[in-house]
Amino acid sequence: MPFSEDTLTRLKADAAEITGRYPRARSALLPLLYLVQSEEGYVSDDGMAFCAEVLGITQTEVRGVATFYTMYKHEPAAEYQVGVCINTTCAIMGGDQIYAELAGHVAGAPGHEDAEHGDALGGTSDHGDIKSPDGKVALERLECNAACDYAPVVMVNWEFFDNQTPASARELVDKLRAGENVAPTRGPSRLCTWKQANRILAGFGDGQAADGPSAGPASLVGLKLAKEHGWRAPGAGESHHDSEAAGGSVEPSSAQPPRSDKETS
Amino acid sequence: MTDTLTPVLTANWDQPDSFTLAGYSRTGGYKALPKALAMEPDDVIATVKNSVLRGRGGAGFPTGMKWSFIPQNDGKPHYLTVNADESEPGTCKDIPLMMANPHVLIEGIIITCYAIRASHAFIYVRGEVLHVIRRLQYAVAQAYEAGYLGKDILGTGFDLDLVVHAGAGAYICGEETALLTSLEGYRGLPRNRPPFPAVEGLYASPTVINNVESISSVPSIIANGPTWFSGLGTEKSKGYGIFSLSGHVKHPGQYEAPLGITLRELIDLAGGMLRPGHPLKFWTPGGSSTPLLTREHLDIPLDFEGVGAAGSMLGTRALQLFDTTTCVLRAALRWTEFYQHESCGKCTPCREGTYWLVRAVERLESGKGSDEDLETILDVGNNIVGRAFCALGDAAPVPISSAIKYFRDEIIQHQKHGGCPFDPAASTAWAV
Ligand SMILES: Cc1cc2nc3c(=O)[nH]c(=O)nc-3n(C[C@H](O)[C@H](O)[C@H](O)COP(=O)(O)O)c2cc1C
Ligand code: SF4
Ligand code: FES
Repeated sequence: MPFSEDTLTRLKADAAEITGRYPRARSALLPLLYLVQSEEGYVSDDGMAFCAEVLGITQTEVRGVATFYTMYKHEPAAEYQVGVCINTTCAIMGGDQIYAELAGHVAGAPGHEDAEHGDALGGTSDHGDIKSPDGKVALERLECNAACDYAPVVMVNWEFFDNQTPASARELVDKLRAGENVAPTRGPSRLCTWKQANRILAGFGDGQAADGPSAGPASLVGLKLAKEHGWRAPGAGESHHDSEAAGGSVEPSSAQPPRSDKETS
Repeated sequence: MTDTLTPVLTANWDQPDSFTLAGYSRTGGYKALPKALAMEPDDVIATVKNSVLRGRGGAGFPTGMKWSFIPQNDGKPHYLTVNADESEPGTCKDIPLMMANPHVLIEGIIITCYAIRASHAFIYVRGEVLHVIRRLQYAVAQAYEAGYLGKDILGTGFDLDLVVHAGAGAYICGEETALLTSLEGYRGLPRNRPPFPAVEGLYASPTVINNVESISSVPSIIANGPTWFSGLGTEKSKGYGIFSLSGHVKHPGQYEAPLGITLRELIDLAGGMLRPGHPLKFWTPGGSSTPLLTREHLDIPLDFEGVGAAGSMLGTRALQLFDTTTCVLRAALRWTEFYQHESCGKCTPCREGTYWLVRAVERLESGKGSDEDLETILDVGNNIVGRAFCALGDAAPVPISSAIKYFRDEIIQHQKHGGCPFDPAASTAWAV
């Protein structure tokens, strides 16, 4: 459905802000695609026409770009896009089993035909998502999401759900379908919707940056150990006076007591 | 003697506000910046050169030298693009770094731009990490407010704009020329080199592309001096780096240490392997594009030369560890599928070759393969390497060919067994 006048006015103002960030407007195409995806949940023909008009390029050019990148959806996405990492480390640590069990669980029928494991097609979006009957949740396979030290990893709307098990992942999906809040492991205490996530990707913050931990437990294992042993980068003070400034300090700060987060094991 | 672990970039991550301007400043942040801005730009480049910092994104090219290739007084705008695409399987250091300590990257960006005379910089961050993107956006906004970005920074007359740009799901956009094409708003296809980005990069202007960790190391080098940095590490691999342990180890995670530490030391630090009776079987030193190594390589120094001499590459220090419960063919197949999935399709050897590789490895894994398939794999691999347009193609055959090198018998076992002799349930995180 074409955008209403009000929507168009709003989108145009956002689009102007986006193009204004770049020395050349065409660079704004990726964030503009996120912008229209945040409006409709996917990149529709109208969304592409809007991007084309803003940039003064053809719709074919826009489509060529939109289809290259896996994060743009070409049919309406669910409110919660659940992705299971099936790249090697996660797969072997249990991601394959999580995906297989979730596939049946989400589809509402155990033993879903696509449920075996990341298969020879190599993976991700080209399989199409498995949607829950209520359309709230869609399941997809993901490649490595740069969280291998928290394997197996599940992402919902691109937020981290670390160290999952088949049981925790099922519970996660159930809560999402029931409309209960779930908190990402490393992220804000409230999970945003798919559309809201795309608005952040377009460059418009939601004010939640300060929520959640600085780092998860696995990110801190080395630092904790160093503190226990009194290990540190050499005292830069020996050669330079303003030694504390090691771009994030060579001196462990004593402003806060070390946290005692449970380590992953 | 240097300590075993040397937290610099990770030193403040346990502070609840490490990602804020106040938190970063409290632990010594933004002290290198005025020092750098008081130097001549060329002296900043020389300092980084003298530190012998080598790129932390995989290839290890000397960072200061890369900066010195930017032509000066050419009348063109210059750009810095930070490669924050981190999508190489196993690599998981830049994402936690930007989540916990985005300001160290921003301070590094400002210093770098001053040195190379750039007034526009971009952080090209993979899109699939929402909270990291929030943290970057927030940190950039705070840096503008504090006068570290924008016009006339710290009253020096130096201007800089910094944009956080989210990628959209394509491993190939981590390849530096594909990244530029993508940032210009096109499909992320690699470009010919030469011309190199230092001469014709973003919008055909001189451009430096560096990894997140490379740029984040710059403030410590400026603050403490080049000899401080080069005093860490080994003869040709200077400084510290983040080592990321994942897989079958008790405490996976991030360990920041001088280059040259060994995997044996790191596994000890990480509390040993996950399950008693199941020792290490194979590992990647620096992501899936670096040839597999085995238990015989536990004591090689993890620096550019040491890992190279062992027939692999230091890469991104993404140490993915697999114990004896793991089928090497299953691991190699999954990585091979990854390369097929991520091949951008621009050149035939990679586009077709990855397809044939997956088919042949699949046959082996299902037990239906033959010795001929082994030969086909090595043959297809040889036909991709050196003929592919970019390094993604060169990397595609790496997992399976290194698996064949060390585990040929196990692979042949699949044929005799009529399938995989391993139980995937035994290698999960919850298997005892
Ligand atoms: C397929 C492919 C993906 C890559 N992905 C990344 C990446 O995510 N981050 C990165 O810093 N370098 C990546 N690289 C390496 C870059 O091309 C480039 O060498 C690097 O960003 C240079 O920065 P450095 O000198 O600071 O290491 C990739 C290379 C290839 C071929
Ligand atoms: S080697 Fe692969 S990824 Fe690189 S240009 Fe060719 S097809 Fe694209
Ligand atoms: S393999 Fe799953 S996050 Fe890296």
